[in-house]
Amino acid sequence: MDGVDLGVNSGEIYGFLGPNGAGKSTTVRMLCTLLKPTAGQATVAGYDVVDRPGDVRIRIGVALQEAALDERQTGREILDLQARLYGLSAVDRAASIARAVDLADIGDAMDARIKTYSGGMRRRLDLAASLIHGPEVLFLDEPTTGLDPVSRAQVWDEVRRLNGELGVTVFLTTQYLEEADALADRVAIIDGGRIVEEGSPSELKRAVGADVIVVDLSPDAIAAAATVAETLPDVDAVTQGRRGVTIATADGAATVSSVAVALSGAGIHPQSLTVRTPSLDDVFLLATGYRMSAVDPAAGGGGAAPGSGSRAATPGSGGP
Amino acid sequence: MSTQSGAAVAAGGGMVRPVGIVTDIATVARRSVRSLLREPEAMAPALIIPTFFFIVNIGALESFVERSPGIDYRAFQIPVAIIFAVTGISRASVLVIDIQTGYLDRMLVTPVRRTTLLLGMMVADIVLALALSLVVVAMGFVAGVRFETGLLGILLFLGLAVAWSLAFTGFPYTVALRTGNPAAVNSSFLIFFPFAFLTPAYLPRELMTGWMQTVAAWNPVTYLLEGMRSLLSGGWQAAAIGKASAAIGGLALVTFVMAFRSLARRVATG
Repeated sequence: MDGVDLGVNSGEIYGFLGPNGAGKSTTVRMLCTLLKPTAGQATVAGYDVVDRPGDVRIRIGVALQEAALDERQTGREILDLQARLYGLSAVDRAASIARAVDLADIGDAMDARIKTYSGGMRRRLDLAASLIHGPEVLFLDEPTTGLDPVSRAQVWDEVRRLNGELGVTVFLTTQYLEEADALADRVAIIDGGRIVEEGSPSELKRAVGADVIVVDLSPDAIAAAATVAETLPDVDAVTQGRRGVTIATADGAATVSSVAVALSGAGIHPQSLTVRTPSLDDVFLLATGYRMSAVDPAAGGGGAAPGSGSRAATPGSGGP
Repeated sequence: MSTQSGAAVAAGGGMVRPVGIVTDIATVARRSVRSLLREPEAMAPALIIPTFFFIVNIGALESFVERSPGIDYRAFQIPVAIIFAVTGISRASVLVIDIQTGYLDRMLVTPVRRTTLLLGMMVADIVLALALSLVVVAMGFVAGVRFETGLLGILLFLGLAVAWSLAFTGFPYTVALRTGNPAAVNSSFLIFFPFAFLTPAYLPRELMTGWMQTVAAWNPVTYLLEGMRSLLSGGWQAAAIGKASAAIGGLALVTFVMAFRSLARRVATG
C-alpha cells in the first residue's frame, strides 16, 4: 500500500473500487486491526487502529471476503458466539440474535449446520453476525463477489437499509463498477495500491465529460485514430484502449459526426461508433489508462465494455 | 484515513460491555466442546490404539515379565494405554482450519482476548483427555487392575493424565499457528513416537538395555509412567508423584511458551 489517503464521513457509504490485487483487502485489514500498517496512520470511529485497537473493535462490524464461518456450527450458534464475544447481556443477546435471524432470513436453516448452506446463505449470515453488536462502522470486503444476482440484490438492499435506517457508516470494497455506482455515496478508485480518483459517482463521471464517444477499432488503427481525434475541437480527452479509443466530450451528439468525418477522411473505418454517458469504467480508464472491465471479466455491468451498446450508465444513487 | 464518529448513531445503542477473561474462555470453549461432541468418530483412534496395544502387550509379555517378582503387568500397562490415548490430542486441526478459512480473522476483529482463543480450545482438550482416561481406567478395572492408593489415587492418576495431555497440546498448536498448514499439523503427531516409546513402556527401566536406560532417563514420559504406576501398585510415594508432576510442568513450560508466542505472532501480523 502506498499513498492511500482517505476520509470517510460518518453515515455515508464509501466504496473502495478496484481490480483484484489493487490493495483493497489490505486496506480493509489495516482498518479492521488485523494488519499493522508499516507506515502511516488510520483512525476508525475516532480511535487509532494501532494505539487503540480494542476501542476500534467494539465499534466496527466486519464481513470479510468469502464469509468464513465455522461449518460445524449452526447459524444460531455463530450468532450466539458473536454476541457473547461483545459482552451482550442475556436480554440484549436474545434480542440481537432475534434481529439477526430476521436479517439473515434463511428460515429453518438457522438451526442447521453451516456446511449445508449455500454461498448466498453464508453471506447473509455473515452480514447478520457482523451486525450483532450494533456497530457504528461496517466493513464489507467484496460482499457480493461470487453471489447470484438475486442474492446480490438482497445484500444491496440490506446495506442501503442499514445505512438509511440505522445510520451505520459503511466502508465497502468491490471489484464491481455497478456495485460502487449503485451503493456508494462516494467512491475511491484504487489501482496498484494507490487511490487514483475519489468523489461521488456522479461527480467522477461528470469530470470525464458530459458524454463519451466509444470508437471500436481494429488494433492497428487505434493509435492513428487517437491522433486524429485529439486534433478535433470540442474533444476534451482521448484514451486508447485495447479495442478502440474513448473520447470525452461536452456534447456527444454534436461531436460524434465530426469524429466520424475526420476518421473517414484519414482512411480509418471504425467497427462501431457509440455515444453514451460516462460510466465509472470510463473514470477508471481515464485515471489508469486501462479498463477495469477489460482486466477483470467479472466486472461487467455498469462499466460496459467499448462497443457493447449505447445504454446510458445509471447515475449514482446519491444516498440518503 | 479517518472516519469521524462524531454524529454516528450506534445501531445497537451501547449493548457492548467489557468481557472478562473467564467469559471469553467460556465462549471459545463452548464452541470447541460442541464441535468435539459433533465428531465422536474422531475419538475412535484415540481409543482403538491404546486398547489394541494393551491387549497385545499383555498377550505377548505378561507371563514373561511377571517372572520378575512383584510386577502386576496389567497394572504396569494401564498408564501406557493412557499415554497412548491422550498424547497428541488437541483442537489444532480445527485451529488450522480456522486459519485457512479466515474464521480466525472473524474472531480477531471482535474484542476477544487473543490468549483465550487457545485457552478455550484447551478446555475442550481437557474434556476429551478426561473422557479418554476414564475409558482406559474402566478398561483396566475390567482387566482386574486395582489402585493401591484408592479413590484419591484414581483422581490423582486422572489428573496426571489430563495434565500431561494438556502439556503436550502445545506442540500441535505451535505447528498450527506457525504454519497454518493442516498437513504439518497431522505430521506433528510423529513427535509422539520418541516420547512414548523411548520409555519404560514395555519393561521396567532396570531390565532395559544400557543406552535405552540412558535415553529413557531424559524422557519426561518415563517419570510420568513411573509416577502413575506408583499410584496403582506402589502405594503413596511422594518422590514418584513429584517427579511425574515436575516432568509435566517442565514440558508444559516449554510447549506453552512456544504455543503462546506463536499465537502472538500469528495475531500480530494477521
